[in-house]
Amino acid sequence: MWPMNPLRYDLQIIASWITPGAKVLELGCGEGDLLLWLRQNRQVKERGIEIKESKVVKCIEKGISVLQGDINTEIMDYPDQAFDFAICSQTLQQVYDPVFLIRSMLRVADQCVVSFPNFGHYKTRIQLMFTGCAPVTKELPYEWYDTPNIRVLSLRDFENFTRQAGFRILKKAAINTKNHQMEGKIVTFLPNLSATYGIFLIGHQ
Amino acid sequence: MSEYIGHDHNGTTVGPVEKQFFTFAGKEAPFLLESGAEIHPVTLAYETCGTLNEERSNAVLILHALSGDSHVAGYYTPEDPKPGWWDIMVGPGKGIDTDKYFVICTNILGSCMGSTGPACVNPKTGIPYGTDFPLITIGDMVRAQKMLMDHLGIKKLLAVVGGSVGGMQVLEWCVRYPDNVASAVALATTCRHSALAIAFNEVARQSIMADPNWCSGHYYGKAKPGMGLAIARMIGHITYLSDESMRLKFGRRLQNKSALSFEFGAEFQVESYLQYQGRKFIERFDANSFLYITKAADYFDLAREHGKGSLVKAFSKCRARFLVVSYTSDWLYPTYQSKEMVKAMKKNNLDVSFCEIQAQWGHDAFLLPNDKLDHLMKGFLNRVAHESAPV
Repeated sequence: MWPMNPLRYDLQIIASWITPGAKVLELGCGEGDLLLWLRQNRQVKERGIEIKESKVVKCIEKGISVLQGDINTEIMDYPDQAFDFAICSQTLQQVYDPVFLIRSMLRVADQCVVSFPNFGHYKTRIQLMFTGCAPVTKELPYEWYDTPNIRVLSLRDFENFTRQAGFRILKKAAINTKNHQMEGKIVTFLPNLSATYGIFLIGHQ
Repeated sequence: MSEYIGHDHNGTTVGPVEKQFFTFAGKEAPFLLESGAEIHPVTLAYETCGTLNEERSNAVLILHALSGDSHVAGYYTPEDPKPGWWDIMVGPGKGIDTDKYFVICTNILGSCMGSTGPACVNPKTGIPYGTDFPLITIGDMVRAQKMLMDHLGIKKLLAVVGGSVGGMQVLEWCVRYPDNVASAVALATTCRHSALAIAFNEVARQSIMADPNWCSGHYYGKAKPGMGLAIARMIGHITYLSDESMRLKFGRRLQNKSALSFEFGAEFQVESYLQYQGRKFIERFDANSFLYITKAADYFDLAREHGKGSLVKAFSKCRARFLVVSYTSDWLYPTYQSKEMVKAMKKNNLDVSFCEIQAQWGHDAFLLPNDKLDHLMKGFLNRVAHESAPV
């Protein structure tokens, strides 16, 4: 079978939440690292959606089931509750209508996982405070004019949002990553200040 | 589809292959067509490469397009100047790896490359059918192919693979015989022709029927309607290319001259190319077969045939794993048509992968060397073979 690359740290956390044998849909699955790992180690039934042709080719090469298309529209064709988990990793901050997307994820899946970079991290706060400029960090490496990250949110923002929108947080992890996100650790002390990424498992209220 | 027969640049080939024939449907049990008409006997020409394993579980059926034949790969004789039409895809270590899979390719019913069609002798009259040959459908072609699979003792195909009209047969196989297909690869194809596709086919057919040599289809033994067929082929070739590919391939360049000559010869390269394609085609193809196969393609409507108008319903009995591929510059079967079938598959919870390959060569792209398609095919078949393997 396909050789196994080590999984990125945040994906390791997500993978640990997925039950063996589950049906999993990943939105924006890239080259399919997470789905491949889940299939080989958790025997999941996987489906991915990815917009970039070259990444879609990589997925199919690995034998992963993937559709080329836009996650916001492709998710609409699936029947209700077709999956156990829908995953949207590090993409939520780029979605125009995140409420619609999360509702769609919870329509097609029993539970969903979302992760995003934490704009509440102390480094971004300090940059904004002392330079007066929009922060540019390792996790958010773009300038204001070329960033795909159109939704600026912190861990606390997201928790407030789930309460208002009527979603239930089933699990959460605030993490700090290093070495191109390959390594990391869970943050428990002042997570909204010191975590670079947040990962949430969400269910219906 | 065009003829892009090319030698593999690595020089690998399946080697010698042989055209074989299977005849069924005797006088007492004729083959009943969807139109209600009957024919007997029915012969299918087919070729195989690779080795069928003991479990008979590694068979891949390749379905050719409008003008193709059973000669998918390899050579008939060492002196053959050209290999089969998909030699770049089918062979040892290639996208469809003949070291692993047993490949079967059969000439479609209604064609003129060894299978029963309008150029064959009608047993009732002792002369070629001509237009007395009944109209056939994609469903008829597939039902005949199923007879061949039964004859070869293959209960379940590991994959059915085809592009264009071959892709229609792929879809028909999956819907008609859900238990006999483990996976399917549908390239540059559609669940039904658009008005644009029907329009081009109709102009092509009219050009054949307007040829004075056509004689209502009974021209065998006499002069062939070569001009009509050549023009039909030229029209076809326009639909296989794209604005972009014609611009890159020909532009407004002139053929063997530097200035306009103010006469009606073939002056532009694109004119000369189309005329050449037309001339080449009439040497090998039968005009009536062209009429029958294009009509079958125009009639094809998966939703109407199998879903009472609903494509979602049509796919409801399917169980195959799908790979659907479209090409950005294909204006004959544009991406929206592939997306339509993918959508219907998704609504049925089918396992489907879809990729729209960036390509400038129009509909013909699926026949041209393309690393991406090789990788897709290899990866997809690998997975299917892995999961169908007995544990």
